[in-house]
Amino acid sequence: MAQATAQVESVSDSLDHEGQEHPIKLYLVVWGWLFVLSTFSYLVDYFNFEGYLRWSLILLFMMLKAGLIVAVFMHMAWERLALAYAILLPPVLVLVFVVIMTLESDYTLWLRTIFFGIS
Amino acid sequence: MTNAAVTNTGASAALPQGLDGVVSDWSSDQRAFKNVPWGKAMMWIFLLSDTFIFSIFLLSYMTVRSSTTVPWPNPSEVFALEIGGVHLPLILIAIMTFVLISSSGTMAMAVRSGYQRHRKTTTILLLVTALLGASFVGMQAFEWTKLITEGVRPWGNPWGAPQFGSTFFMITGFHGTHVTIGVIFLIIVARKVWRGDYDRGTAGFFTSRKGNYESVEIMGLYWHFVDLVWVFIFALFYLW
Repeated sequence: MAQATAQVESVSDSLDHEGQEHPIKLYLVVWGWLFVLSTFSYLVDYFNFEGYLRWSLILLFMMLKAGLIVAVFMHMAWERLALAYAILLPPVLVLVFVVIMTLESDYTLWLRTIFFGIS
Repeated sequence: MTNAAVTNTGASAALPQGLDGVVSDWSSDQRAFKNVPWGKAMMWIFLLSDTFIFSIFLLSYMTVRSSTTVPWPNPSEVFALEIGGVHLPLILIAIMTFVLISSSGTMAMAVRSGYQRHRKTTTILLLVTALLGASFVGMQAFEWTKLITEGVRPWGNPWGAPQFGSTFFMITGFHGTHVTIGVIFLIIVARKVWRGDYDRGTAGFFTSRKGNYESVEIMGLYWHFVDLVWVFIFALFYLW
């Protein structure tokens, strides 16, 4: 009986682990890409890119790095969609908050400029 | 009458994939997260809540920065260092970024060798990860010391908008705390791996549940998250 239970447990164990052992080469490639992308972001600052070019490059490299870490290092690419959606969709709503606070801070800045006479 | 109630014995056929899978997992009237040990699901949910905490920090930073009439100090110059007589902008932050990414790399390999039951390799990789994390915290302490001696305070600084100091100390302070907690947990997990707790299924002292190598993966999730948050801080606070 105890043996049977142990066997069942070891089977369910191996089922749980299924798909989370990936070739070491994959991790090394991702590691390398993270280094390259970080270097690119640093170079954006080093070469003093300004304006929209700077911001779009920073955001691009940021999202690529975040995607690599979540998908490969945190194994999200191999999880079932039920988990991936439950975890990845809620943070998207933060973007709504970003819009609200952008409008709010624009308004604050406008008030400060008008009433304190600073520009 | 002869029809017996259909019971799910748990030995069900292959689970549906794609969007059908999402619907059937969530409507299965069982646990929604199949194939995932509860500890891993709970770690993900904790990380989701932590995501909101850091999002709010970065949002408040965005709000104060875009609403101030005083110029924002240039992070590129504030965090510049003279190394061997060469003026390098933002160099310390770049080094910290590479150190943290490397620790994520060793962590990912530790998870892998854990599942392969390579006890010694896993322990070494976990300790290397902890060491890189500790050196990250050390560099952060150096950075804080440098800025404080230069006169940065949560209520003001010599270069511009006073909100620079408050957001800087709050965001990097919270992140540094996360790294520190991670280092402590890495050492605890490394000790358990080394003793063979996860091979024997020794009960943990806190939850009394059987230990196994999923703990290493769950530890890894936390550690990668710390790296992930740094990606956002690096981009939005230091580079913007």
